[in-house]
Amino acid sequence: MTEAAPRKTSLHARHVAAKGRMVPFAGWEMPIQYTGIVDEHQAVRTAAGLFDVSHMGELEMKGEHAAAVVDYLVTNDASKLVDGQAMYTACCNEQGTILDDLIVYRAAQDRWLIVCNASNHAKIAAHFEKAAKDHCDFADRSDETALIALQGPKAFDILDKAGADAAKLRDLPSFRFRDAVVGNVRCTVARTGYTGEDGVEIFCAWNDAPALWDQLMELGAPLGVKPAGLGARDTLRLEARLSLYGNDIDETTNPIEAGLGWVVKLDKAMFVGKDALAAIKAAPLARKLVGFEVEGRGIARHGYPLRDVDGNEVGVCTSGSPGPTVGKNIGLGYVPTAMATIGTKLLVDCRGKNIEAVVVKTPFYKRS
Amino acid sequence: MEFPAGLKYTKDHEWAKVDGNRVTVGITAFAVEQLGDITLVSLDVKVGDVLSVGKTFGTIESVKTLSDLYAPIDGKVVEVNQDLDGSPELVNEDPYGKAWMVVIEAADAAALAELMDDKSYGDHVKAAS
Repeated sequence: MTEAAPRKTSLHARHVAAKGRMVPFAGWEMPIQYTGIVDEHQAVRTAAGLFDVSHMGELEMKGEHAAAVVDYLVTNDASKLVDGQAMYTACCNEQGTILDDLIVYRAAQDRWLIVCNASNHAKIAAHFEKAAKDHCDFADRSDETALIALQGPKAFDILDKAGADAAKLRDLPSFRFRDAVVGNVRCTVARTGYTGEDGVEIFCAWNDAPALWDQLMELGAPLGVKPAGLGARDTLRLEARLSLYGNDIDETTNPIEAGLGWVVKLDKAMFVGKDALAAIKAAPLARKLVGFEVEGRGIARHGYPLRDVDGNEVGVCTSGSPGPTVGKNIGLGYVPTAMATIGTKLLVDCRGKNIEAVVVKTPFYKRS
Repeated sequence: MEFPAGLKYTKDHEWAKVDGNRVTVGITAFAVEQLGDITLVSLDVKVGDVLSVGKTFGTIESVKTLSDLYAPIDGKVVEVNQDLDGSPELVNEDPYGKAWMVVIEAADAAALAELMDDKSYGDHVKAAS
């Protein structure tokens, strides 16, 4: 099979101009880093970072029954949302394993936006389109929608300088969104993110993204904003213990063992995977996703086996890297429930070397 | 990007400095740039170990990735840079100096003649990037 050439976002030229190192990612050519992963990570923790996440999928569900269809496809309770509110959720199959993790936005009772991972875009678009058939309107808005994340303690100080309306975004509560004007660009701004920092994610028209990017970079320069790539996005989300689809969760894992039980609402109306998830929740869990710190000299990586102190293979590391803010090498992995207790000693098999690690409380990093 | 003259270079982006039959080995500025922030250097050999061309003598890890380190020549390890243990950032700061990794006593230092000089390595990097 020949692979199609990777797609480019409307910010591609900006990334190249900023010396971003472009890599293939989920069918796109995206910047993994500009100045360096640690430098960008620290900028987001101490000032602000600007991320191009236009590769993500944006799906629209419209019509009288859109609310019911969306609610049927996700594990969290979409019926509790009010206009202008968003929620994080899993989207499961009938077996109760995870098709994707999503943010679902209720613009109105009859108008919903769903943001999915780029790696799952085709699968989730087909899943929603099929469910919408004969019930509500489905539209894939991904080709016309850009998404920029502005994250970090200075995010709102930068927005203060982007016009009277943008300055009021500071009052937007967590997981709320609204239409806004940022600089001279009309957009939709949500107080969400994937870094463990405060900030916003900004949707705008595909071709408006360069103008928005330039203004945020220019206004943010005196406050220390930096462009940040996929590498920093990964270390930031890992420290905050936010799941990465394809690493920590996938179609072989269920939300309960992944620590996402809080987005599974068994008391809501019927939804895909409900029966399976009820059974999973009723039985003792075989394994759990835990956070660990590596105590020896080694860096855990995705796919490395996890062992008990006697050397028996008991699980697998799903994500791992140095944590630039926590100052330790950290990771996530599945282990038997009996070994999921904080303080349990583990060994990470780093390519044949068993390196000591210990199960710790997560998130590894929480902003103060 | 600097590739000092007088060093020999491998296609795996290591440099070798020859002094009689003593061969000092490290990684190039291009390798450093590709790796990004170096966070761990594991030199898995000790003085006296015998290496052959292409055998791994350690690993170098950045935030994102891990790379193997390969012996550029047959010989015996006579020195291992212990400073990299606690200060992996030396590789970013001074790849051709303080971040040397091992010294190998070559069985036949003349074999290094097959490696690239700074000019052909520069071309090799251009082709790779």
